[in-house]
Amino acid sequence: MSYFTAENLETAHEIISRYPRKKSALIPLLHLAQEQEGWVTDNAMRQIAELADTTPAEVKGTGSFYEMFKFHPVGAYMINVCTNLACQLLGGEELLAHAEESLGIKAGGTTADGMFTIEDVECIAACTEAPCLQVNYRYKLRLTADDLDQLIDDIRNGRATDIPEHGTLGLVRQHIPAGAGAGIVAPEQATERPVWLARNDAAAEGREG
Amino acid sequence: MTAVENEKSTVTVTLNGVEIEANPGELLIDAAERHGTYIPRFCYHSRMKSVGMCRMCLVEVDSGRGPALQPSCMIPVGEGMTVDTESEATKKAQDGVLEFLLINHPLDCPVCDKGGECPLQDQTVAFGPGESRFVEEKRHYEKPIPISDTVYLDRERCILCDRCTRFADDVAGDTLIHFMDRGNSTQVNTFPDEPFASYFSGNTVQICPVGALTAKPYRFKARPWDLEETISTAWIDSVGSRVTIQSSRNQVLRLLGVDADSVNWGWLSDKERFGFEALNSEDRLTAPMVRVDGRLEATGWAPALAAATDALRDVDPARIGVIGGARLTNESQYAWTKLAKGVLGTDNVDAQLGDGLPVEAVLGLPRATINQACTPGRTVILVGPDPKEDLGALFLRLRHAVVNDGTTLIELTPTRTGLSTIAAHSLHPKPGEVDLLAAALVDAVSGDAHDAAGVPANAIAAAAASISGPVTVVLGRASVAESAAVTVDAAIALSQLEGVGFLSALRRGNVHGALDMGMAPGLLPGRVPLRAGCDAFDQVPTEVGMDTIAMLEAAASGDLDVLVLLGSDPLSDVPDADLAERGLAGAGTVIAVEMLPNASTLTHADLVLPAAAPTEVDGTFTNLEGRVSVAEQKVTPPGTARADWMIAAELALRLGADLGVESPESIRAEIAVVSPVHAKLTETALADGRVEGVLISGSSIEAPTASGSTTPANDAYSLRLVAARRMYDNGTMLQASASSAGLAASVKVTLNPTDFEKLGLDAGTVVKVISGRGELMAPLAADFGVPAGSAMIPTNAPGSNVNTLIDASASVTDVRVERA
Ligand code: SF4
Ligand code: FES
Ligand code: FES
Repeated sequence: MSYFTAENLETAHEIISRYPRKKSALIPLLHLAQEQEGWVTDNAMRQIAELADTTPAEVKGTGSFYEMFKFHPVGAYMINVCTNLACQLLGGEELLAHAEESLGIKAGGTTADGMFTIEDVECIAACTEAPCLQVNYRYKLRLTADDLDQLIDDIRNGRATDIPEHGTLGLVRQHIPAGAGAGIVAPEQATERPVWLARNDAAAEGREG
Repeated sequence: MTAVENEKSTVTVTLNGVEIEANPGELLIDAAERHGTYIPRFCYHSRMKSVGMCRMCLVEVDSGRGPALQPSCMIPVGEGMTVDTESEATKKAQDGVLEFLLINHPLDCPVCDKGGECPLQDQTVAFGPGESRFVEEKRHYEKPIPISDTVYLDRERCILCDRCTRFADDVAGDTLIHFMDRGNSTQVNTFPDEPFASYFSGNTVQICPVGALTAKPYRFKARPWDLEETISTAWIDSVGSRVTIQSSRNQVLRLLGVDADSVNWGWLSDKERFGFEALNSEDRLTAPMVRVDGRLEATGWAPALAAATDALRDVDPARIGVIGGARLTNESQYAWTKLAKGVLGTDNVDAQLGDGLPVEAVLGLPRATINQACTPGRTVILVGPDPKEDLGALFLRLRHAVVNDGTTLIELTPTRTGLSTIAAHSLHPKPGEVDLLAAALVDAVSGDAHDAAGVPANAIAAAAASISGPVTVVLGRASVAESAAVTVDAAIALSQLEGVGFLSALRRGNVHGALDMGMAPGLLPGRVPLRAGCDAFDQVPTEVGMDTIAMLEAAASGDLDVLVLLGSDPLSDVPDADLAERGLAGAGTVIAVEMLPNASTLTHADLVLPAAAPTEVDGTFTNLEGRVSVAEQKVTPPGTARADWMIAAELALRLGADLGVESPESIRAEIAVVSPVHAKLTETALADGRVEGVLISGSSIEAPTASGSTTPANDAYSLRLVAARRMYDNGTMLQASASSAGLAASVKVTLNPTDFEKLGLDAGTVVKVISGRGELMAPLAADFGVPAGSAMIPTNAPGSNVNTLIDASASVTDVRVERA
């Protein structure tokens, strides 16, 4: 039932050791799982639960709150086309329709070869560059239909080297040298009051006095 | 601040124009309710953390910065706060919140089980808009999905109040249901293929404020307005949880937990909640039965009682034995003690089946209550069974105390328990050596830490150092494969700790009532020894009689003419199956007084008298603290089954004696006179203690004395047996409950994985387990919670009974595990 590769399992243990409570590592562990397979499988969640001392239900409950975790297989390239207001005014919906036509799938679907998934998304915070989309969360701005076809073609032919496969994320893999951690302790083990609270108290006293 | 203000211990709040005094830190919603103003709510539950999920409790609060709408379940009262729960703004907020909550609600009240008792329905009528402006398509989900064998979830009805999920996570510690997805798709659900298999799942059904969660035993059975109800006491285990019993047309349909502050806080284990199904079972004994040509055949009461009287008349009292009685009410127990000890003159009476503790360990040590054990800042030492498996509601109370109130928990148990993950220290002694570990812990408290029972000195020292405040020892038999003497010796050692109190963990329903009513050798009603005598009895035996094990031994060698099984099943429960079989076979006449036929009755009873169930009689029960609470008759017994006290009175009459008992009240009156400790148990006290019960304290029983027994070392090839109970087993009552019967896991042998290598075996392999007494076959399972060198087999599990391996006269049981 184990899911992680030996190497990823090691990373998982390293990630867990960064936190005072194992459960705090859930989100980075889910990223790690997604990176391995492109999506988060049930088996992955079972192993994460074991590693983080919790239940699979809690892992899934926590993970499924976040759009970027996928709990079903998706394409290696996830194309999120924005159809919110600014993009809509500048042709976002047409862009989406064009993507659907070019790839032969509907928004939410995945191409038979497992290469592409299209999603219809809300504002991705690049309104000034509308219409825009993301491929595996890498922005492509002010796109025309031709740009999109070119992009698809580049990906298909291995020319889109700036876009890693779905699930690839850098941050969870960073190694934090021993001693460089924030040194946060679990709340129940904290003996001293946090500095900011003391600051607040002082300020409050000042107000009262 | 003036001195006067400094001393003020309450907080003054103006509630709807009236000044009220609230407790510091109290939530506004609670303070208002205590002063007669009910603020509507869905998510808030006084026994769980507030989460502010539903916003139904919004009220206008002015803390000096002008009025603003605030959730009253999230804000503590503040000095000078002004609160308006009836203002226009408040009403508009309530109206709006309800309209929002109803947007996706299917409004299928006519086909919903909650209809008539639904907070959503009620509050919509009281505070809601009356009309919806929502014309769009509602959210749709598959209607109800089973999330466990017992509980169904209708996600369309759910208002996402987080009560069930909070209960599962915070209260029970079984995070098997969770909010999944987000936004409009948020739903409660389980992980695929991992059902909500919690021993406490029924509580979520009770606290769900809508009809989203329903339980199989009650689905579509009744409407709330058809139900009659009474407050009573759960009988499944010895916690004595307070319940409401609801019935319709003379049938019990549902049990709900009642929030008794000193006992169960409204929670129940599923076994307590759904155990009533057994009482409605078709297998209930409805007429007396007599064995003719080896078969049990129905007969009438007159011939049955005549046969029983014939068997009992003119028999040497020393050759009569009574085993069982923990199922009975206090009143019935008193009547049976009076019959056995006062009329028949035998002291061979034992309500425990060799799986309990001697009287001295229960009644002779200073006792503690659940609330004392759970007082913040104290320490609980567990020397006994896993409360999660045996005493569900107590487990929830202890868990709350440890998680939320800083209670320190130290476990001295043979294996990991349901509390181990939150325990400060889990020390697992070698089976049979918990007495040595307890003594070492006491030594470590006074600075002398040393290794004991396979536990290293530093672990013992750390545990000793963590003890803070007065100690409560939860005391019971962790494993029936080790003798009671070991547990008693551990208790004696721990009794040296300062301010120690003991909370009994004997599990059977009214076993503590049985002890208080004298159903043990050497004991009379009122926690007094035989020599104290009893004015209400014609005679009192002079010699201390036999306990269950001794009775069975006597019966096996032909020295028992009559054996009465008072709601007991020695074949399944006595931790020595071989002895039980020989005893039952060797006894003269076996008379069983039973609700349901069990293994012992079916194979060995010559005469069976049908008894009424706890919901069919009036009376009282005594819980593990010594708390007496009312059990009230809700329905009539099936067929001609009778209350146990009536059967005792009838037998006495036929034997030419008069027990002088006419009703449960008359028996209670006699108990209050006879028993020095029950003097305060008046009808007024019982009525006042309708919810909390009446705590009986004091005892004339002396403290136990050390057994001086030592446990032999085991050889390198054997493992030491741990036989512990599981919540669901092959017990007669459980197997007669339709929705629980299938929950008992079949027998397996659990070892520490490190022992697998030594034995050259793997998990899943079917093995033969051999002891000096017998053998059984079962598959192997792995668990690091079982210490290396031990083998854990649950008692009375479907498949084979671990009791076949146990020799009641040995202090421990060593077994060999071989490939089958
Ligand atoms: S199922 Fe019931 S208790 Fe659980 S969140 Fe929904 S409404 Fe609340
Ligand atoms: S509307 Fe498309 S990025 Fe904001
Ligand atoms: S009861 Fe206060 S927010 Fe639900």
